[in-house]
Amino acid sequence: MIPTILAFAEAGGQDAIDKFANATSSGIALGAIYALLALGLVLIYKATQVLNFAHGALAALGAFFAAYLATVLNFPGRYATFLPLTMQWLLSALVAVLLTAVVGLVLERLAIRPMIGEPLFSVVMITIALDIVIRTITDDLIGTNPRPLGDPWGAGNFHLGPAVIAKSEVATLIVTLICLIGIALFFRSRYGVAMRATAFDQEAAMAQGISAGRIFALAWAIGAGLAATAGIFSSLFPRSSIGVSNTTAFFAFRALPAIVIGGLDSITGAVVGGFIVGLAESYAGAYLVGDTWSFLGLGFAGVMPYIVMLVVLIVRPYGLFGTEEIRRV
Amino acid sequence: MRNRPRLYVSYASEMALLPTWTQKVAALVFLVFLVLIPFGVIPGLGFLADNDWLKILSRVSIFAIGALGLHLLSGLAGQVSLGHAFFVGIGAYTAAILGGEVGKGTWGLGLPIWIWLPAAGIVAALIGALIAPTAVRVRGIYLAIVTLGLVFVGEWLFRSLPFITGGAQAGRKFPTFEFRFWQEEVPFLDFTSDGPWFGIQMTSEAKIYILLLVFVIIAVIIAKNIQRTRVGRAFMSIRDRDIAAEVMGVADTKHKVMAFALSSALAGVTGALMGAFVGRLVPEGFSLFLSIQFVAALLIGGIGTVTGTLLGATFVLVLPRVVQDLTGLLASTAQTGSGWTAAVANFFVSTAEGDPGIVSTLPGTSPGLNIAQFNLLLYGLLLIAFLIFEPLGLYGIWIRIRNYWKSWPFTY
Repeated sequence: MIPTILAFAEAGGQDAIDKFANATSSGIALGAIYALLALGLVLIYKATQVLNFAHGALAALGAFFAAYLATVLNFPGRYATFLPLTMQWLLSALVAVLLTAVVGLVLERLAIRPMIGEPLFSVVMITIALDIVIRTITDDLIGTNPRPLGDPWGAGNFHLGPAVIAKSEVATLIVTLICLIGIALFFRSRYGVAMRATAFDQEAAMAQGISAGRIFALAWAIGAGLAATAGIFSSLFPRSSIGVSNTTAFFAFRALPAIVIGGLDSITGAVVGGFIVGLAESYAGAYLVGDTWSFLGLGFAGVMPYIVMLVVLIVRPYGLFGTEEIRRV
Repeated sequence: MRNRPRLYVSYASEMALLPTWTQKVAALVFLVFLVLIPFGVIPGLGFLADNDWLKILSRVSIFAIGALGLHLLSGLAGQVSLGHAFFVGIGAYTAAILGGEVGKGTWGLGLPIWIWLPAAGIVAALIGALIAPTAVRVRGIYLAIVTLGLVFVGEWLFRSLPFITGGAQAGRKFPTFEFRFWQEEVPFLDFTSDGPWFGIQMTSEAKIYILLLVFVIIAVIIAKNIQRTRVGRAFMSIRDRDIAAEVMGVADTKHKVMAFALSSALAGVTGALMGAFVGRLVPEGFSLFLSIQFVAALLIGGIGTVTGTLLGATFVLVLPRVVQDLTGLLASTAQTGSGWTAAVANFFVSTAEGDPGIVSTLPGTSPGLNIAQFNLLLYGLLLIAFLIFEPLGLYGIWIRIRNYWKSWPFTY
């Protein structure tokens, strides 16, 4: 074992260590975004039993809002010129997240609420139809060229040991941690407990005076907000140096493997799954390239999440942390 | 027994393909109607004999075969699948290897249609049966995600096998609709050139339309027969309550695998026909959107019925053309018309730079959606509307109309 590592280090030397460190750091940042996306998906699924295929479209919409607010309108920064630029941009991003949350509320009220109790196929399809509608409108709003988000970090980076880390990656990680802690705290609050109760047994929750409709709306608002956050941070420098574009929405489909790996109804699972998928994709992108791996073709890193998912599902059909469904006749 | 058309006296008569005389006559009339379309002799619908429309109707036939496949899997066996496009792709590329010519860097054996068409179905079915045991371990929403993953993995696979698929964005040529015994020069039946058939002058589009009509009728009979026999009833029992079905002796996994294989077989045939019809396909074509179109056809038409599936397939493929024509009409009204019609048209369509409107006939810069985007938007909105307001789809609407006229002029 040790001779192997020594031989590896001797053969690759500093280059190999650098490569590994860079792949790991960008994998963690990517994982943070997948974790954010997965968190929103799991929250909506837990509360309403709906898997939101329109999550990617909401993420792209949120990123577009942020780009438009920050670069075109300069809102609300123009009223708060005394604040540093970073704070102004964060304010724009926050407003974009809130706007997307409102869109989430409207969607829930118009399209999801009437579908309660319908067969699974119809519910899946309605979120896919929502995805088509929102994505078409967002694509048109974005236009043919990508829109930069006007974030204060740009392409700035710094060295941490052997790894080169982008500043926006650190920002992503911090925001993800804040969101995670926020969700954990939310689940201890009055409404969070109500949401857990509704997820556990809707009728019993309603008998206790919890308004299930309000809980559904809340879940969709928070879910859409999380989607927007993920969309904004996935459009920053290391992954797309150009900003939000027509491909941003498709990015979120790779968060679906994350929640399947973690288990659809587990918050812990979403986070763990997100990081597993992010690291797997990053390592595949760093190592499975070059002449030896040319038979894999282009874009193998993009399908790596699905391959990890299939492997996990063969071993554990309900994910790593998911609850096994109890089936009754 | 007279005047009691719905009274069945034997099990066989209840299970018949067309149980009543009305249905037999209606089916025959409809069949004659379909055959007559390319000759342009139907009053009022002569425009359907136009080559453009014949192409759309041919696409409907091709698409309907695959939709019938998904009907078996999702409509009857109740397994939510978003991976239909993957099997369509498998079928298409099987046909391309077996029937296609050797191209620039692509393989092809140049075998005749009676080999590549069945082979496309068989290979797709085998791959479906190979994947199914893993897929049926997971249920419900997990299955939807796994099959979704299949599409993405498939797209990557097709992109990275350039010697089969021609590579990303380049694509390759597919075999054509020419019937040969073996690899002789002159085919004994040629659908790709204009010319007389039994003394009637026909275009290649009309010939292909008739050929595909035959294929889709065969597919309908297969689907109907599966539905009304033992296997179909097993599928439906699994859909309705899988554990109860298992308790009653229906082998759960076996039938799910069977449903996957059958549905993939029809999808594979669709792929092969699609390739032959279009002539050149790029690997990006077998994307999630194709899968979504199949599911949309099922849901818009009415899930769980063959008639609904056919209606849905027609609707999904004819809609873009109707939208296009309608937009063109509105644009010309907005420019040349007057009065309130022009005002309404002007509200919807933007014909000039800076003119606000929902759809824009200009390329690129203006604020409105372009026609392709508008199509997508309508498509999504229609899907939502159908799911919310008419879960039984077009078939449900038809049932309601029929029931209304059954007792007319009495209300019940």
